[in-house]
Amino acid sequence: MTGSLLQVRGLSVRAGSLQLLHGISFDVAGHGTTVILGRDGAGKTTTLRAILGQLRSSGSVCFAGQEVANMPTHALVRMGIGYVPEDRRVFPDLTVAENLRLAERDRPDYDRVYTLFPDLAQRGKQRAGTLSGGQQQMVSLARALLNDNRLLVIDEPTKGLSPAVVTTVTAALAAVARTVPVLLVEQNLQVVSELAHGAVVVNAGRLAWTGNTRALLHDAQLTRTLLGVAARRP
Amino acid sequence: MTTIVLLAVTGLGLAALYFLAASGLTLVFGLADVLNLAHGLLVSVGAYTAWVTATSLGGSHPSTRDIAIAVVAGTAAGALAATVVEVTMIRPLYQRTFEQILITVGLSLAGVALLQIVWGTQPLTFPKPAWTATVSTIAGMAVPNHSLILIAAAATVLIGLTLFLRHTRIGLIVRAGVQDREMVIALGVNVRTAFTVVFAIGGAAAALGGALGGIYFGAIDPSQGAALLIFAIGVVIIGGKGSITGTAVAATVVGLLQQFVNYYAAAGAGDLCVIALLAAVVLVRPQGLAGGKTA
Ligand SMILES: Nc1ncnc2c1ncn2[C@@H]1O[C@H](COP(=O)(O)OP(=O)(O)O)[C@@H](O)[C@H]1O
Ligand SMILES: [Mg+2]
Repeated sequence: MTGSLLQVRGLSVRAGSLQLLHGISFDVAGHGTTVILGRDGAGKTTTLRAILGQLRSSGSVCFAGQEVANMPTHALVRMGIGYVPEDRRVFPDLTVAENLRLAERDRPDYDRVYTLFPDLAQRGKQRAGTLSGGQQQMVSLARALLNDNRLLVIDEPTKGLSPAVVTTVTAALAAVARTVPVLLVEQNLQVVSELAHGAVVVNAGRLAWTGNTRALLHDAQLTRTLLGVAARRP
Repeated sequence: MTTIVLLAVTGLGLAALYFLAASGLTLVFGLADVLNLAHGLLVSVGAYTAWVTATSLGGSHPSTRDIAIAVVAGTAAGALAATVVEVTMIRPLYQRTFEQILITVGLSLAGVALLQIVWGTQPLTFPKPAWTATVSTIAGMAVPNHSLILIAAAATVLIGLTLFLRHTRIGLIVRAGVQDREMVIALGVNVRTAFTVVFAIGGAAAALGGALGGIYFGAIDPSQGAALLIFAIGVVIIGGKGSITGTAVAATVVGLLQQFVNYYAAAGAGDLCVIALLAAVVLVRPQGLAGGKTA
């Protein structure tokens, strides 16, 4: 057993008078994939954005033994946290090659990216805004995977994608997670069951459950209570 | 025919001045969401530095070399002043729009007051070589040299900025940052460095406009920069914030419109037309002509 890489303790986020997160605590393991689950609007994206310093938070975020809460986002990323945000966020007017070039940190590994997503190698000169949703997601993932990361933080990578693309993205994530720990937000339980070991469930800005993904998805009652959906049998 | 050509060239000269003043403003506005209301002061920094340099080198009859050195000195002073302003006043206030407006307006007023204290409120005659006040014959038409100088300078800056935006890493950061700054940061980029560079470049362009504006108008005065800033802001809004190409197009439209309407309708009517155009763009196409594309 490897110890945990990221410890989140009592993480709270306010937006004006609104309390978005109420003291969430969980660990992200130093290997494999940890998934954050929860209904729409539960606070999953807010949790990730707070960890990455995009939202001011109170509480503690400890990464590889160092307190990093409210550190500037660019500095956290440079410490080795690759971030793939919700909704892909490609730069539509830049080409695929420019999107990737912008993401280069110390030693970009284009071979790794083009092996995972061969499609991107051919589309370097294409404007990212003209790509399909699936291709845009590949660009978004590629921007993070180009670099050597100590942790990947990925928000709903399969959202709105066709089943074929979901398969491609899931396979890529499974390959990546063999070498880099991943903190994943994902609603597709099929994908979750293929990728995730640890699960963290949030509900209305609070921690609702934490434990083993398999245990959660095998318990139809628990899944329904926590997520409001029937678990698909893996 | 001759009148039309003359109006077109002087209009383009004016457009060039607007472009020089607006190019930095639009990049700073698009990238950093900072509307730098002290930008007009940078125009004056260029104008007065050039005036002092030209006067001390060549008295009231500087050579072409003297004036070239003066323009370079003015441009460099603009870059330096912009950098100092960014680092000391804007940087601590990123994301705080209201405070930024206050401090940049305050700085602008203080700057104009300082210029008035040192050089007086009256216009100063700008020393320049005789040839800049004469005309060149192009395709059989006489066109004023001072307009040609401005047009050439603006075209050079346009090409230079476009190359900078397309082919350098900071240019890439600027183009991406205009589209989605938070995402640029989320890729591990410290955008503050890019902010400072863009401020310096914008300050240099504005100061170049100020120095060449001295040659164009034949005189400089403390409120020139602030007056130019009004039109520069209009050009930025019409062109679309963050867009160099849009700014070039908008500056051309505004300069020509102003010149032609002022001549054929009534003096002052051109300025009204510019305001009307601004209102129309804000209502019909609030993202501006270019709508988010940088270069
Ligand atoms: N900046 C903000 N200001 C106010 N409310 C916000 C802000 N960001 C998110 N919220 C609200 O916080 C809740 C959690 O959002 P989010 O974390 O995006 O949910 P999800 O679990 O679907 O990712 C939602 O109700 C959302 O509307
Ligand atoms: Mg979300």
